[in-house]
Amino acid sequence: MSDNQFLNGKQIQLTIERLSREVIESFDFTNTVIVGVQPRGSLLAEKIHAKIEQLTNQKIFFGKIDTTFHRDDFRRGKSLNAKATEIDFPIENKNVLLIDDVLYTGRTIRAAMDALLSFGRPTRIELLVLIDRRFNRELPIQPDFIGKSIDTIENINVEVNWAKNNDEENEVIFVHE
Amino acid sequence: MSQLSSKHVIGIEHLTVDDIQLILETAQQFKEIINRPIKKVPTLRDITIANLFFENSTRTRISFELAQKRLSADIINFSSSSSSVKKGETLLDTVNNILSMKVDMIVMRHASPGAAHYLSERIDAHIVNAGDGTHEHPTQALLDAYSMQEKIGDLKGKKIAIIGDIMHSRVALSNIFCLKKLGAEVTLCGPPTLIPKHIEKLGVNISHNVDETLKWCDVANILRIQLERQNTKYFSSLREYALYFGVNRKRLEKLEKEIVIMHPGPINRGVEITSDVADSEHSIILNQVENGVAIRMAVMYLLVNKQA
Repeated sequence: MSDNQFLNGKQIQLTIERLSREVIESFDFTNTVIVGVQPRGSLLAEKIHAKIEQLTNQKIFFGKIDTTFHRDDFRRGKSLNAKATEIDFPIENKNVLLIDDVLYTGRTIRAAMDALLSFGRPTRIELLVLIDRRFNRELPIQPDFIGKSIDTIENINVEVNWAKNNDEENEVIFVHE
Repeated sequence: MSQLSSKHVIGIEHLTVDDIQLILETAQQFKEIINRPIKKVPTLRDITIANLFFENSTRTRISFELAQKRLSADIINFSSSSSSVKKGETLLDTVNNILSMKVDMIVMRHASPGAAHYLSERIDAHIVNAGDGTHEHPTQALLDAYSMQEKIGDLKGKKIAIIGDIMHSRVALSNIFCLKKLGAEVTLCGPPTLIPKHIEKLGVNISHNVDETLKWCDVANILRIQLERQNTKYFSSLREYALYFGVNRKRLEKLEKEIVIMHPGPINRGVEITSDVADSEHSIILNQVENGVAIRMAVMYLLVNKQA
């Protein structure tokens, strides 16, 4: 284990397992859909979706949302590359479980909620994240389900690396800017 | 690659293959957006765009305007018939006056080839060429390429025919540049008087036989006879043109395969294409119009993104 590793593949799997069970505790899934935030949140969402379907033995709608065109940092530095949005079910009057890998300033989630609302008016939206970087929020957004909380300083990035085929090789690392 | 190489979109000739791919990929995301229940995104909320149409247009102007509205940009529209151009103001003066009101992007159609390029060298705003005389019409070529890809997949090695008035068509020239860059084979077909000399130097085949061309191609992009730009007679009559070069159902039924039919509009029904072909299941003419909005959203989005 390298010194900048925060979670290894095994630990991530355990966390996903626990998060899935927590989610099942609070949703009945007759009226709930799962949406991952592109690009990296949707990878986590896929795993949680599969886990929950397996545990509850029912089909649950799953989608991906891209936030690029709703971001507030467009034209303020980095250029943005859009990924696909795939939501081919109505979200009107549904409970939406929104999933992202790392919650930091809250701006991505703000944009994701804005993007979601163009598909209708959900009954409620709840947020699940694998990593919550506390004390760094710039908007009043808090997660409902948290994998791990970390306190970091600003010039350290937290990255979740998803290995291609092997879940054992997934990891959460710190990267100095 | 997430940025265009240029600040302007003047012509396909000056775009790189990566630029074209980036625009086509980005358009894919915008096409999804314009099919949502709520079709608008706030992306260009603080951007002002001027649409300067010094030449008539229905489709292109509405398409650009709709694309801008879907992106939440502020827009001003200008058409030369109701403006000071009639009083003798020069193009540069007109544009500079508009720019001093703080405009970020100009979408321009003009009857003179090179008008968009001329402006791009003299002013600071982004320029999108919406057609300059008989020169280029880049967004049309991009939406044509997008529509073809959507129908038949990657264009590498595909056979595309462009049939009709090549001489007066900016759509033809932009299409040739775009299709060649994407690796397609291109054949131009029309009466010898409507095919410019030396155009084969762009790496295209020339044919004067529409039946052979249709037999060869996967996609036939049929162009309008541009009567308004023709000051001499290039063929004896419209009837004769329709007889020799018009695409009709009888010609298509002779083929042993199905080909995709395209037309950039406006259609002269019964001249270059008959109604039963234009409205048939092989025609993607209306898909082209829908894709036009997505392509124009992508172009304007990427140009503003370039500034960052």
